[in-house]
Amino acid sequence: MLGTVRQKLLGQALQKILPVGSVLRSYSSAAKQMTVREALNSALDEEMSADPKVFLMGEEVGEYQGAYKISKGLLEKYGPERVLDTPITEAGFTGIGVGAAYYGLKPVVEFMTFNFSMQAIDHIINSAAKSNYMSAGQMSVPIVFRGPNGAAAGVGAQHSQCYAAWYASCPGLKVLSPYNSEDARGLLKAAIRDPDPVVFLENELLYGESFPVSDEVLDSSFCLPIGKAKIEREGKDVSITAFSKMVGHALKAAEILEKDGIDAEVINLRSIRPLDRSTINASVRKTNRLITVEEAFPQHGVGAEICASVVEESFAYLDAPVQRIAGADVPMPYAANLERMAVPQVEDIVRAAKRACYRSVPMAAAA
Amino acid sequence: MALSRIASSSSRSFNLLKPLSFAISLRRSISNDTTPMTVETSVPFISHQCEVPSRSVETNPKELLTFFRDMALMRRMEIAADSLYKAKLIRGFCHLYDGQEAVAVGMEAAITKKDCIITAYRDHCTFVGRGGSLLEVFAELMGRQAGCSRGKGGSMHFYKKDSNFYGGHGIVGAQVPLGCGLAFAQKYSKEETVTFALYGDGAANQGQLFEALNISALWDLPAILVCENNHYGMGTAEWRAAKNPAYYKRGDYVPGLKVDGMDALAVKQACKFAKERALKNGPIILEMDTYRYHGHSMSDPGSTYRTRDEISGVRQERDPIERIRKLVLSHDLATDKELKDIEKEVRKEVDDAIAQAKESPMPEPSELFTNVYVKGFGAESFGADRKEVRATLP
Repeated sequence: MLGTVRQKLLGQALQKILPVGSVLRSYSSAAKQMTVREALNSALDEEMSADPKVFLMGEEVGEYQGAYKISKGLLEKYGPERVLDTPITEAGFTGIGVGAAYYGLKPVVEFMTFNFSMQAIDHIINSAAKSNYMSAGQMSVPIVFRGPNGAAAGVGAQHSQCYAAWYASCPGLKVLSPYNSEDARGLLKAAIRDPDPVVFLENELLYGESFPVSDEVLDSSFCLPIGKAKIEREGKDVSITAFSKMVGHALKAAEILEKDGIDAEVINLRSIRPLDRSTINASVRKTNRLITVEEAFPQHGVGAEICASVVEESFAYLDAPVQRIAGADVPMPYAANLERMAVPQVEDIVRAAKRACYRSVPMAAAA
Repeated sequence: MALSRIASSSSRSFNLLKPLSFAISLRRSISNDTTPMTVETSVPFISHQCEVPSRSVETNPKELLTFFRDMALMRRMEIAADSLYKAKLIRGFCHLYDGQEAVAVGMEAAITKKDCIITAYRDHCTFVGRGGSLLEVFAELMGRQAGCSRGKGGSMHFYKKDSNFYGGHGIVGAQVPLGCGLAFAQKYSKEETVTFALYGDGAANQGQLFEALNISALWDLPAILVCENNHYGMGTAEWRAAKNPAYYKRGDYVPGLKVDGMDALAVKQACKFAKERALKNGPIILEMDTYRYHGHSMSDPGSTYRTRDEISGVRQERDPIERIRKLVLSHDLATDKELKDIEKEVRKEVDDAIAQAKESPMPEPSELFTNVYVKGFGAESFGADRKEVRATLP
């Protein structure tokens, strides 16, 4: 809806006037602003308040107020029995979290980044995801694994990987990835309330970004559905799917494309598993062209799955091959110029959209 | 009743043979006779960083006969599973527990169904100890609907949540942090109950075990780590896998106890001691010195890395069922014929359960797609050919 675009522009304009991170209460006519950090913090706070079985554990979540300050104030409010600082032992504390979920508690396990989740991945997959199935319903695992995912800035190869595709390939898991503050609040609340194991992929670079939030979003009962994508921007010429930080890039690309007479539809996936195939396919049936955008390594990625889904369900509707924009197929380099080449930029999305619309020059020869 | 009291008061001096005349009058009351008696454990306990529980174990005729029956049932069940596997009615993995029955049975005698147990894949007898039925065992092993996991789990994935048995885990060592998590939840819920997390000598070197133990000690969790040391991690003898195979000492700052795992009464005493201690002082390790007669699994003959003499030697000297039989006979709690009758009954129970399990059908095809999630929100799932087979997850 154009209204959303106007609201976004208004929000962005307000960001320039007001300090980032301030939550407006006195300007009744203007939209309220909230950073993703505040959104996550408030969601955790409200869910912990509503259900005494919810507890948070991870490295530095308590006294340090959270490595990225997402859990600020929670230790003081809920005490050390519900906000637990763990030693740097992911395999151990993740297993403990899953065991607590077996018993019926509702743990929120924080990974300082999802790169460290690899130390605990056996518990996420074999102890959590598969248990309800293997036990024919006896062992449900109402746990949330959350933390920053994907590239930050200049943190190098071991600290920059996006794990969406790995986790989303596993039946029994739900995988969510918010973009803005509304997503962050609604999806985290949904994840904590959900009876199944949820992998919740945040983004460090988005934590400080401010977005407008309605009163409905601020209400403590607010919740977003799992498994439903959101059309962030309606369009008719080309569909662009994205999640997390890349949604912002896709929206910027859409603005640029608009000037060139290409009307892009931007789909914020929100849920990587279950994937909202019907929204994606309905969009492609409307626009006939698809660009998938992700930060992650390209091979066997989310874009590959979306492409396969569209080829299977909407082949006759495609007027151009599906284009994938993804992170470069290399470990993340450190030097700023190389790093820039390793992560999708707005111009990459614009170029791909033009290619799909047969507007661009022939592709450059392979290196 | 007066006669039985006389009999039991003189049974406090152990291994004393009673005149046969008492046996006749005792027979009718034995199955319910809870007159206390004391038996000494085979060997003293050895401790690390804690006091040693007494070698004198309180028991009674009823308990001893229950031990005998339960262990005989477990033994028969595992041997029957061996035959079913060879008949190809059981597929995949099948890890048998015969020889180790005293650990399952002794532990149950010391705790309640509100305490939690979690173990690895050698879980058939632990499941039965928690109240699981033979039908559920055999049906699950054969992949049928009447199985405890409706045929979807298999040998390594037995669970019984209503009696706090949390499986049944295939990944070596994973069950230990999970068990510490159960203990965390028990403490969080202020339950005054404990968790027994069982693992083998093979798993005892896993890093995640030490990670979980560290957290359990820091947070004072009521977690009891029980190493069922059968001396072989698959084909690798303990001295080839562990620089320090004194597993009860491996907790370092966490106290430990070494227990004769073939003596059900010693197991009971140790578990009782551990439960009391864990509720007050946090984690403790119990090392059960035990032995498995079968190989690691049905794919392992079990004789390439150990001698047949060793196996038969343990069977001769330390078999847990024979131990209880000798105890019962020497205290005149039952006759040899009565014990043999129990074994016959148990054999029939096992055979009946197998027959019933064979009648149970395989799961419906729709079961392929059940229990993926608790709440599927209408998400789609697919078969091998997604154009052919799709399902909506409720």
